[in-house]
Amino acid sequence: MSQNNPDKDDQKSGSKKTISLPISRVRLIMKSSPDVSSINQDALFLTTKATELFVQHLALSSFNNGPGKETNTLSYSDLANTAEETDTFHFLTDILPKKILARDYLESLEQMQEEEADF
Amino acid sequence: MAERPEDLNLPNAVISRIIKEALPDGVNVSKEARRAISQAASVFVLYATSCANNFAMKAKRKTLNAGDVLAAMEEMEFERFLEPLREALEVYKGQKGKKVSEQKRKDKEKKADSENDKSREEEEEEEEHMEEEEPAEPENEEEEEEEVDN
Repeated sequence: MSQNNPDKDDQKSGSKKTISLPISRVRLIMKSSPDVSSINQDALFLTTKATELFVQHLALSSFNNGPGKETNTLSYSDLANTAEETDTFHFLTDILPKKILARDYLESLEQMQEEEADF
Repeated sequence: MAERPEDLNLPNAVISRIIKEALPDGVNVSKEARRAISQAASVFVLYATSCANNFAMKAKRKTLNAGDVLAAMEEMEFERFLEPLREALEVYKGQKGKKVSEQKRKDKEKKADSENDKSREEEEEEEEHMEEEEPAEPENEEEEEEEVDN
């Protein structure tokens, strides 16, 4: 199998040189943007590669900034913190909201209701 | 156009592998964190596309090109990606071009020999066109994806 498929082998051993994310899927996401009409092959490749670099960068930054180094874990809150604290990742704050405890949320909800009741 | 919303997600298995390779050995990534990174990656694609498209529109072009994507990276303050991206593009062009460029070189030589051979020129153009439009081979890639999932 692998003998017949040298390209595939290359991809696995030299993942830094080629891409592992499916270009077709990235194109689909790009095309879901309404004002994009066409994308040339190099632009598609670069966006796919950039997305891989982005995933690496986001994961590593979040791990390095987070408290998980001792426990060897990367958790959601590390990502949410990175999105909030790092300028380049700021565009992610909408999809990586910080979590709050239901207890705290209910408290703030009650507070708001009380304030409303005052009027 | 995407038919189902999950079509806009990137394959989890590939994302997980990239995360694993980026982090030191033995780091445990929670399921929630993996899903969040995957979603972030989709948003990144959209953001980059939108930025790149702005550059194309400014230049009154309809097709996004490599320069637009690189300019978008700069605008998004991901300058650190520029160098690796340029390198990767070179490698990619080399790989993609191997077969095609050999063919082209032959054709060009022949073309130089006989400028009047129009049928061959047309053939070459057709080939080039196909290379531009279809090299992604979506079906094959889907298969690869599934392989990875297992």
